[in-house]
Amino acid sequence: MITCGIVRFDFIAITMKQLSTVNKIGMVVLFLPIWIALYLSLDQLTRFIVHSLLSMPEDEHLTTAVFFFIYEVPKVLLLLTLIVFVVGIIRTYFSPEKTRAALEGKPLFVGNVMASSLGIVTPFCSCSAIPLFLGFVEAGIPLGITFSFLIAAPMINEVAIVLLFGLFGWETALLYVLMGLIIAITSGWVIGTLKLERYVEEWVYKIKSPHVSINEETLTINDRIDRGWDAVKEVVGKVWIYIVLGIAVGAGVHGYVPENFMASIMGKDAWWSVPLSVLIGIPMYSNAAGIIPIVQALLGKGASLGTALAFMMSVIGLSLPEMIILKKVLKIQLIAAFAGIVGIGIMIVGFIFNAIY
Amino acid sequence: MTAVKILGSGCAKCKTLHARVQELITQNNIMATVIKVEDLVEIMKYGILSTPGLVVNEQVKSAGSVPKDEQILAWLKEG
Repeated sequence: MITCGIVRFDFIAITMKQLSTVNKIGMVVLFLPIWIALYLSLDQLTRFIVHSLLSMPEDEHLTTAVFFFIYEVPKVLLLLTLIVFVVGIIRTYFSPEKTRAALEGKPLFVGNVMASSLGIVTPFCSCSAIPLFLGFVEAGIPLGITFSFLIAAPMINEVAIVLLFGLFGWETALLYVLMGLIIAITSGWVIGTLKLERYVEEWVYKIKSPHVSINEETLTINDRIDRGWDAVKEVVGKVWIYIVLGIAVGAGVHGYVPENFMASIMGKDAWWSVPLSVLIGIPMYSNAAGIIPIVQALLGKGASLGTALAFMMSVIGLSLPEMIILKKVLKIQLIAAFAGIVGIGIMIVGFIFNAIY
Repeated sequence: MTAVKILGSGCAKCKTLHARVQELITQNNIMATVIKVEDLVEIMKYGILSTPGLVVNEQVKSAGSVPKDEQILAWLKEG
């Protein structure tokens, strides 16, 4: 009788577990159409609010600005929620430990390509840059390959991709990702070829750390959905204010800054605008969320795509705080080489785009 | 007596994890000491690649995330 009871109990427990799994997948399936419906009706909704509710006249500066703001803020936030959720789930399949294992013993070029690509999907926070760097070096992963990872991971992130996709279109988002990958691969490769290992602080090579295997958590699909949702709360909770502010400034630019205002400063004929944008961009540490809407607005006022792209890449990809963190393990020469090589790579991208478009 | 170490220097999640662990210990009357390890060389001895790391009785339990409360509690109790 007792056994029977236990069996029954197990049975109930199993069905409960399955039920909650079904529930969470069900929730996702239920939310998706709501999301799509909201997204598709944004244009009509905004028209209704601006023209009918607020009865603002068409073709006025203020109307253009208000329309832009009311339309873009929910659009970008909707996109961000969905993409961060999906990326959050994808990232549960990756970890720095797995990436390190995959990179061990890889030859230079192949390693650079893999490190850059894995840099996009591996969960990474620049606050963990040091343990990651030390762990990679300790495992014998060459400096150049480690750098490919450290360049790609912050530069190609989901927030930047969402904003580029939402405000510029998928072509620009794709271009950004491809150019980011190429820069991460080649910069890492150059750093590796230059043999700059001697500019790593000596104590780094003396570290002996055990390769502990943290028992791989066995995650159910439910846990992964939870993690995705956690990522949404964390990322959206952190960047929404920058998005709102960035789009507000962008809306002002859209409505009030005259056409071609930026042409002489950020236009393609001003060749010096590319290196200047990169130089200004490196020490600037604004997250992608605040900077992209403003750059998008400037693009409509005569700034060229290459210059805008170079500016965004240097702001997002090269940041002063990260370099200060890296100073603990790298000598100043190597940090300068890193910033210089990546900066030149970004400039080349800027020039090429200005020449094409 | 359970010896808990939080590995990490100054990241946001490190602070969150530290606070979570201390709260769980007080709430559940667990006999434990909590040390926050901020020295890089010391942290690297545990072989983690991302912070925060959670160590219970010298065993690395998690790295790079703030685990769920139930999970932390289970580790604290078994240790």
